[in-house]
Amino acid sequence: MKAIVHVMLKQGVLDPQGEAVRHALGTLGFEGVEAVRQGKVVELDLAGSDRAAAEAQVAEMCEKLLANTVIESYRVEIA
Amino acid sequence: MKAAVIVFPGSNCDRDMAVALRQAGADVTMVWHKDASLPVGLDLVAVPGGFSFGDYLRCGAIAAQSPVCQAVVAHAGRGGYVLGVCNGFQVLTETGLLPGALMRNAGLRFVCRTEGLRVSTTASAFTAAYAAGAAINLPVAHHDGNYFADADTLGRLIGEDRVAFRYVTNPNGSVDDIAGVLSENRRVLGMMPHPERAVDPAHGGTDGAALFTGLISAMVEA
Repeated sequence: MKAIVHVMLKQGVLDPQGEAVRHALGTLGFEGVEAVRQGKVVELDLAGSDRAAAEAQVAEMCEKLLANTVIESYRVEIA
Repeated sequence: MKAAVIVFPGSNCDRDMAVALRQAGADVTMVWHKDASLPVGLDLVAVPGGFSFGDYLRCGAIAAQSPVCQAVVAHAGRGGYVLGVCNGFQVLTETGLLPGALMRNAGLRFVCRTEGLRVSTTASAFTAAYAAGAAINLPVAHHDGNYFADADTLGRLIGEDRVAFRYVTNPNGSVDDIAGVLSENRRVLGMMPHPERAVDPAHGGTDGAALFTGLISAMVEA
């Protein structure tokens, strides 16, 4: 089973890197990019086939390590 | 007064920290990150600057999960003193010993220069040796020193007089110009500027020395 974790800065937390990317896109001539938010993706290969258990386990991993919930939010996809 | 300096793979201010503590009169032991226990009878743990674990995932995130950090959390829980500088501050926020988080500098650049600071409170062993509101100069050297705390946390920090240092000119976008914060019991301090790099005239300044001498004299008296 594969778990894909998306970690993003929370809404309301300024993302200077995303802002720099937005500026660079404008410099390249891409118009109409109103906002860019940059995050990260973590892929996990998991043993076992219990989907609910995997979701719970990965959520715990996010709370303890993969995301800093002071500034980041996360979303888990089990594939 | 017994102090320990934690050493992670990628720490690079550990020996400077040990020199500063010894100069102020501390008996210093270096502790490797895989050690699950700290020396017995320890008064202070210092978590030094550097790039622990290559800043992988987030600055300080992997170090915060190392065996020794569980011992540091327990030490703080017993009322022990903890000082985290630069990457050490990032580690302490990741362990939850200090509130908030340190994000990428708002200007996106690594900032390496001497910054003017104000001592925002003298009500801690770390800052007691400074005059209230004192203007001091300490080196900063970081890419992720942009202190963030949500409005409630910030209000609590200010209300409880837990901001230890503020930048005179904000170099990194930190909320409320915050350069260092204290824990609720005022015995854990995290700060981005490097006091251990300003303890000898050869460093170009000695404004960091009072932090170490004040801290150690407070502990010796206790």
